[in-house]
Amino acid sequence: MRALFSRFIRTRGGAIGLLIFLAVIVMAVSAPWIFPISPWEITGAPFEPPLSEHLLLGSDMLGRDIAAGIAHGAYASLLIGVVSAAVALAFGITLGAISGYAGGWIDQTLMGFLELFQTIPSFVLAVVLVAIFNPSIVAIVSAIAIVSWPPIARLVRAEVLSVRSREYVQAAWLTGRSNAAIVFKEILPNTLSPIVVSGSMLVATAILLESALSFLGLGDPNVMSWGYIIGASRTVMRQAWWMSVFPGLAIVLTVLAINLIGEALNDALNPHLRPVEEAI
Amino acid sequence: MKAQPRRVACVRDLSIEILGHASRRLAVNSVSFDVHAGETVCIVGESGSGKSMIAHALIGLLPTHGIRLCAGQVFLGDTEVTALPEESLRRLRGSAVGMIFQEPMTALNPLMTVGQQIDEVFRAHTSLRQAERAARVVELLADVQIPDPARAASAYPFQISGGQRQRVMIAMALALEPRLLIADEPTTALDVTTQAQILTLIHQLQQSRGIGVLFITHDFGVVADIADRVLVMQQGRCVEAGSVSSVLGSPSHVYTRKLIAAVPVMCTSPEGAVPVPQVKPLLQVDALCKRFTSRGGRTTAALDNVSLCVDSGETVGVVGESGSGKSTLGKVVVGLLQPDSGSVTFDHLNTVGLSRKRLGPIRQQIQMVFQDPYASLNPRHRVGDIIAAGPMSAGLGRDAAFDRAEKLVRIVGLPGSCLSRFPHQFSGGQRQRLSIARALAMQPRLLVADEAVSALDVSVQAQVLALLREVRQEFGLSMLFITHDLRVASSLCDRIVVMHAGRIVEQGPAWSVCGAPREQYTRKLIASVPGQSLETGPLAAGNTFPTGTLNAHDN
Repeated sequence: MRALFSRFIRTRGGAIGLLIFLAVIVMAVSAPWIFPISPWEITGAPFEPPLSEHLLLGSDMLGRDIAAGIAHGAYASLLIGVVSAAVALAFGITLGAISGYAGGWIDQTLMGFLELFQTIPSFVLAVVLVAIFNPSIVAIVSAIAIVSWPPIARLVRAEVLSVRSREYVQAAWLTGRSNAAIVFKEILPNTLSPIVVSGSMLVATAILLESALSFLGLGDPNVMSWGYIIGASRTVMRQAWWMSVFPGLAIVLTVLAINLIGEALNDALNPHLRPVEEAI
Repeated sequence: MKAQPRRVACVRDLSIEILGHASRRLAVNSVSFDVHAGETVCIVGESGSGKSMIAHALIGLLPTHGIRLCAGQVFLGDTEVTALPEESLRRLRGSAVGMIFQEPMTALNPLMTVGQQIDEVFRAHTSLRQAERAARVVELLADVQIPDPARAASAYPFQISGGQRQRVMIAMALALEPRLLIADEPTTALDVTTQAQILTLIHQLQQSRGIGVLFITHDFGVVADIADRVLVMQQGRCVEAGSVSSVLGSPSHVYTRKLIAAVPVMCTSPEGAVPVPQVKPLLQVDALCKRFTSRGGRTTAALDNVSLCVDSGETVGVVGESGSGKSTLGKVVVGLLQPDSGSVTFDHLNTVGLSRKRLGPIRQQIQMVFQDPYASLNPRHRVGDIIAAGPMSAGLGRDAAFDRAEKLVRIVGLPGSCLSRFPHQFSGGQRQRLSIARALAMQPRLLVADEAVSALDVSVQAQVLALLREVRQEFGLSMLFITHDLRVASSLCDRIVVMHAGRIVEQGPAWSVCGAPREQYTRKLIASVPGQSLETGPLAAGNTFPTGTLNAHDN
């Protein structure tokens, strides 16, 4: 584990990504202290440009503080990103593992079910789902999770299919291990690296999806989020660029950071990229 | 004495350094040799001895990171390779030197036809027109004795057999008529009969074209068949060099003697064969049939009415080429595959069709040792967990299971401390020992070994075979030993069953199958065994290659 971390940190992208990501987390956690006033409160004159009095990043068309909105919005974006990715991973890994290990009609049924989701464009499905539920954090997390699990399930199934035929799995079967033990102890640990990598990418796409939903006005009306700020200010983009540029930058940086982390994890987990040790 | 033939390659005091923390600093330590036109030079050594590194240095393919050529010179013809820029080196590859590799599947691009891949060589190096190139491709494929070369040119690599793929590799390597052919373990991944055919082919091409061959192998049997001169490598140093008759006939270095002694000897007389007392059969296989249907709808009978029995304490060898159904037989016996019909009776219980639960502890009395030491141990688990997991799932307590694991690890000749290490910290032979320990942990009565020593160097192979003999004695095991190598089977087994195309061709005591084969097919298998001159005493001067004893059809 320590070796993995040191390999991870040694890739420059991983270190930078981790740094940015930690900064975003700190911002999300400390937002209530730095900006004790709710981001929904009007704190100054509307249309104030950045660096005006008390308003580091300016104010929006109602006079709300953009900086406060970004800091508080980090909380919503991260929470939704991480939780929905976790739900999608749990669901995708379970179904993918069952499908790949069981094979036969179970596999065919599950894959048919999965194709049902994959034939519908995922963003449209997410919009429909949020529109059906009441717009709340739970609804948004579920919608994002529901549209994100199919690729994970496919990935896990393919990995399980290839690991399942390895000789050490056959050996475990011959020594009388239970199916659950074989799947969880022998197979899944060996499929971990691609899953960890695509899981981290999943967080990034979930944040983007949430922003897109909020931009369309489908977000939770009680939660300040980056997508909401951009969506609300899109009509005045030419007069007040700062209202959409700063939250946009926040999204770009966070997603970039997570992608860098995913890339670095991929390299760190890939045994072929490890330094030459005993390779003669 | 004839006039000295032309020198096609020359290596002078070559040293290659491994940068970073490796087990030794110099992968190759001041090695010198020449290859002349019309001769075959063999570099022999175990894996890790640096023999492949020399070949890569000759063709300018050393990896750019982690490795440094620190001393010496390498010449191809009169050109010094080490001083050449990459572009001239590229032109030299193919035209001055051709190379073939161990794994013919991965060395060919699966998305291009065989013809296209050979054609590529001509396009990159010559200005021939398309029609001329196409003609040359077919001509080359005919030269390497592929049946129906015109059709083979339009086939994809996966549509032809392993032996034919290796022929295609040879055709590619020889396309521009280089004066040197480097063959890096070209037959290690092939079974014995195909190996013999490829060796014959290389020998014939070398004779007819007058080229020099640098042949890299770990098997002194192969050396005896093909080499004119031999270089024995150990730990990066050349410990012995000389003509094949002097090195094989009177080896001076201890290591050379050890390698020669490791070549399994075919036992052909009843002397020394201990008759197994006829006790009740432990395993009885009756009229087993198994068919596989490929995607194209073609069915092949992997097992066609196969019957055999293994008595308590007896070792039965199942010998055949790849595709003979021998591995399918092993899988059916252990229960990894269900047969279409027939029965497998283990200790009076027909195991076919019974669920794993119904079989219960009976299933665990049949254990398997697998072929690939790198795929048969879970890379994420510590050795202790790997060995103890089976007994624990059978109800043994954790401490007792680990005690048993430690005892077994010592029995297979490894220190008890290795329980806390991961599989990648072990060599191929050590992993195979661990694999055997895992199987023994279930206290089996029958051990099915599927090509358990085929992936190992000859010297390591000898050690693992000795271990199998020991544990067989100590635990009173019966064994079903599946292999493509008659030498190995005859040195370990009491009885041998020869399989071909899903049927049993011949069976009997090991010495009589090898010494007095009744069937044509068995005779062909025996003729393919490399290094037979090693067994018939000191080698006659010169090369004793049995040219023309085999026809060249792989399938």
